[in-house]
Amino acid sequence: MMMHQSHWIVELLNLLASILLLISFAMLSRRRTQRLITLYAWQGLVLFASTCLVAYSSGQKELYYSAALTLLLKVIVLPWVLYRLIRDLGAQWDNELLVNIPTTMLVGLALVIFAFGLAQPISMMANTITRNTLGIALAVILLSFLMMITRRKAVTQVIGFLAMENGLFFAATSATYGMPMVIELGIALDLLVAVFILGIFFFQIREQFDSLDLHHLESLKED
Amino acid sequence: MLAHGTLLLQAHDLSWTLMLVLAWMFLGVIGLLRPHSLRFVARGLFPAGAVIALGVAILGGVALLSGHAPQTMVLPLGLPNLPFHFRLDALSGFFLLLIGVSGAGISTFAAGYFRSGEGTAPGLLGLHYHVFLAGMALVVLADDAYCFMVAWELMALSSYFLVVSQHHRSEIRQAGFLYLLMAHLGAMCLLFSFGILQPGNWQLTFDAMRATPHTPFWATIAFLLALLGFGAKAGLVPLHIWLPEAHPAAPSPVSAMMSGLMLKTAVYGMLRVTFDLLHVQFWQWGLLVLVLGLLSALFGAIFASVKTDMKRLLAYSSIENIGLIFTGIGLAILFEAAHLPLFAALALSAALLHALNHSLFKSLLFLATGNVLHATKRRSLGALGGLARTMPWVAALALVGTLAIAGLPPLNGFVSEWLLLQSFLFTPQLSQPFINMLVPLGAAVLALTVALAAYVMVKFYGVIFLGQPREPALADAHDANWLERLGLAWLALGCILIGVLPQIALRAAAAVTGQLLGSTISFASPWGWIAPIAPKQASYSGLLLLAGTICVIGLTYILVRVLAHGRMRRTVPWDCGYPWQTSRMQDTAEGFGHPIRHIFRPVFDMERELPSPADKAPRYRIHVEDRLARIVYQPVTRAVQRVSDAIGVVQSGRLAIYLLFSFLTLLGLLAAVL
Amino acid sequence: MVRQFGEVLLAIALAPLFVGWIAQCRAWLQSRTAPPLTQPYRMLRKLFHKEVALAADATRLFRITPYVLFGSMVLAAAIIPSIATDLPFARVADAIALIGIFATARVFQSLAAMDIGTAFGSMGARREMMVGFLAEPALLMVLFNAFLLSGSTALPSLVEAYSSGPLSINPSLTFAGIAFVMVLLAENARIPIDNPSTHLELTMIHEAMVLEYSARHLALIEWASSLKLFNYACIGFALFLPWGIATHGADGGWALLLAAAALVAKLIVSGAALALIESLSAKLRIFRAPEFLAIAFLLAVLGLLVHLLLGS
Repeated sequence: MMMHQSHWIVELLNLLASILLLISFAMLSRRRTQRLITLYAWQGLVLFASTCLVAYSSGQKELYYSAALTLLLKVIVLPWVLYRLIRDLGAQWDNELLVNIPTTMLVGLALVIFAFGLAQPISMMANTITRNTLGIALAVILLSFLMMITRRKAVTQVIGFLAMENGLFFAATSATYGMPMVIELGIALDLLVAVFILGIFFFQIREQFDSLDLHHLESLKED
Repeated sequence: MLAHGTLLLQAHDLSWTLMLVLAWMFLGVIGLLRPHSLRFVARGLFPAGAVIALGVAILGGVALLSGHAPQTMVLPLGLPNLPFHFRLDALSGFFLLLIGVSGAGISTFAAGYFRSGEGTAPGLLGLHYHVFLAGMALVVLADDAYCFMVAWELMALSSYFLVVSQHHRSEIRQAGFLYLLMAHLGAMCLLFSFGILQPGNWQLTFDAMRATPHTPFWATIAFLLALLGFGAKAGLVPLHIWLPEAHPAAPSPVSAMMSGLMLKTAVYGMLRVTFDLLHVQFWQWGLLVLVLGLLSALFGAIFASVKTDMKRLLAYSSIENIGLIFTGIGLAILFEAAHLPLFAALALSAALLHALNHSLFKSLLFLATGNVLHATKRRSLGALGGLARTMPWVAALALVGTLAIAGLPPLNGFVSEWLLLQSFLFTPQLSQPFINMLVPLGAAVLALTVALAAYVMVKFYGVIFLGQPREPALADAHDANWLERLGLAWLALGCILIGVLPQIALRAAAAVTGQLLGSTISFASPWGWIAPIAPKQASYSGLLLLAGTICVIGLTYILVRVLAHGRMRRTVPWDCGYPWQTSRMQDTAEGFGHPIRHIFRPVFDMERELPSPADKAPRYRIHVEDRLARIVYQPVTRAVQRVSDAIGVVQSGRLAIYLLFSFLTLLGLLAAVL
Repeated sequence: MVRQFGEVLLAIALAPLFVGWIAQCRAWLQSRTAPPLTQPYRMLRKLFHKEVALAADATRLFRITPYVLFGSMVLAAAIIPSIATDLPFARVADAIALIGIFATARVFQSLAAMDIGTAFGSMGARREMMVGFLAEPALLMVLFNAFLLSGSTALPSLVEAYSSGPLSINPSLTFAGIAFVMVLLAENARIPIDNPSTHLELTMIHEAMVLEYSARHLALIEWASSLKLFNYACIGFALFLPWGIATHGADGGWALLLAAAALVAKLIVSGAALALIESLSAKLRIFRAPEFLAIAFLLAVLGLLVHLLLGS
């Protein structure tokens, strides 16, 4: 019974993991900040679904709480805060990239291969049903980092940072059935605080330079 | 009686071949008797050379398909203790077949091509040409390093003289110099490689080299040196810089021979050294060759699409095809090192078949450009156009070549590209961790290159033969004469035959892979089909495809004529309401290459001169250059210049100093000896 | 043999209907009255009755090209297993050779466009070849995915392997499917790459190549274009939705009728889906098309990598 169940559960988890990867790639190529926030919310939803599935199949009750926290924070609260932020900053629209899209995609592809190659021996050591998806989690982290590097406007850096945390969370779920609850709550609080503080920073940057373009920050260095 | 006769023939295949090679050289020397007589050389000697080429091809085919053990022979030419060793085995036989078949077509064409020349006398040209052919055949037959290098040098020198046959133009002399330089740099690498391969007692025969065990380090060094040497001759990136200069500078039959035949001798050398002498050892070699091959292929295709000189375009296309061949070789090495001999045989068969195909269709295209050059005196694509109306034969045969090189079924280019793609499909079975994910992406690069090649060829054919003539003088263009048509038709026939019945060429390649790798692709499918691994996995039938296409097209034509009336009238083309259409409004070569320039911008070094609205006489000029050559070669040439300047200090010009050098050397020798 | 002919005739007959159905769905989605479903047939009949107006300088290549195009599309229809898998012609070419046949059609069409020597023809040829050369790697990677899942590139084997195996949600196949739909849109000159109903020459890709054709030549070319879309749809069904195709052994009359009904049902649904996609997207600028195709390529490669990682 457990075997049968786990068969379709594993398939569904693989599908959700692939959708997570797809969303990270889509974040690399989207130009508009508003779309990025929507994609981040979708990522949170996929995480919620996969955590529930893992909780169901492994029977660990804390994961349900963790999933609920994810839903609350990453699908509802944080996207709402970010929407308000960019609306007030007036930064909803076009977002320039430092490198053009096809090149970014190719680099992203190379990162995915790198992550997959690294993850294969490590997944042998884990004993969860989601261990194959460790490579995908690593890839999501690296792709979010790439997104932070190749963007010009400040708000997307925040979104990249949040997406990286998503990847970390997924890695934790796939390798070890989640982290201890205390750590989870701590990280969630950190995220919330970080977003608020960064929001304040953005207002300051805009005050100073009249734009959210990050290359203005370079003028702060001493010459 | 007949059996006895054929047995006699087979037992002496090698001696017959050597005699035919000698006959070539003899033909060349005869030409010196009456060096300025064009009729004697062109109408007499070249057709004889074509017949000899056919003979060589037949002998090569017999050696391949008869399955005999390799024949060897030792001739007491050369130096006292270094006689020439010769050997005719499956690998040599395949390349002899290649040289013979294409050589026959090119020689026939050349018989009709050489008109009253400027530059070298026809007799001398005939000498160089036939010595070139003989040299290539000797390279393929050589069985020891000394004979190989002598034949290699013969090939290089005779082709140099052919390239500079119009030596009164300075850019041709420069191209020839660059060619000679790169050829000799490559030859030096080859010499070092052979030096490492020999067993230590200066026994230079290939048999001795085969039997010597090498440590991994020295085997890798020998492999890399051989790759450098043969890569420089084949035109692998980054050693390709001589190719786009030398091929256009030579007369068209010579360009055809260099592109079609000489580059393949480098492929032969690579196969001989890697598979035969070194017995493939490491998968890293395969990865290196694969990467270089894919890089050359993509590079060649991208640059060909932005060139505006028709012979340069074909030269870059040769770089692309050589890249494809080396990709197949790299895959074969990878599979062989991973102990997957069936897939290695598939990849190697693809590479060999592509070499044969390329020699056919590239020669065909270069010869066609020769016709265009003769008829219009123009090489730049911006001055041609609409030649299909005044040169119908050349246009029709060039269409066959264009479709073949673009890799379209049911012609031959498609079969080798299909086999190469099939071999890529098995790369996820390699065992190395990152490699089994990276190498499948090579299939995507391959597909990109093949599609880009189609783009390039549409540009080539469309701008030259279709559309409107871009200059009024093009109306006087004349078609090819019967000898030229015969040569072109022979090559086109080869393209069609190999495309429709690839089994014959694949059996020839299987003989080679059997010798080198010990396994071949599967021939279990019924006649008319090829299914290299298994019929359920993938199969292809060029014959049925062609038959089906012809049937359907014929049926459609008949039905349309029966059911609809056949009325037609001639009018002017659609002009969107703008009546003053000129031939200058159609796409130029630069215009056709614009999307590629836009997409691959970082690869090029572009200088553009754009007109502004205020210009009284607006001009548009664009010059696209090879950024890679500039980055790689300029520092090297500057360093060489500095070193030679430093050494040049020794040349002070005073007699006393020179005598002092001799005196000091004498003192030193006396001190050392006594 | 009879079944082979039947399959081909069915393809030839249904293709204009398929295009008409897509036009009708688009009209419904855009709240306007649709032309009747038989409109494409009427247009073909009208074109066959007209007199050919040929440019004075057209060569023989120009006049042969419509026949070559139609012939290669019919040949492709004979090879693709739309109704049954063990038809005699199905093994003549595998999926990669099918791409080659489509490439032949594209090259001939581009050459014919350059033949007349007007600015529009060569511009259309250049753009079509550009879209073509970017779409081929993506399509090849999709086939690579299919090959890894079933060990073959011959479409009949793919159909049999996938339809007989257990039903499973396969992420790599999903990615490959999305990539395939994107390539289908690009290769068949649909929005977002090209607008099939545009009349502005400077925005045309496919239409610019056929500007000079008229009467029966144009009829053949239009038929060939609708056949191409039909063929691509059937390839998509064979790769991703193969249920209903009569496989080896099930070749009785009932199985074929069932297969034909399944085909019609799939065409109806996919036609509506295509119309939806077209109505929701805007036509891209010409140099955004490489980005579109790069995304398709990357999706297919992602599918490949996910398969290699997850082993599924």
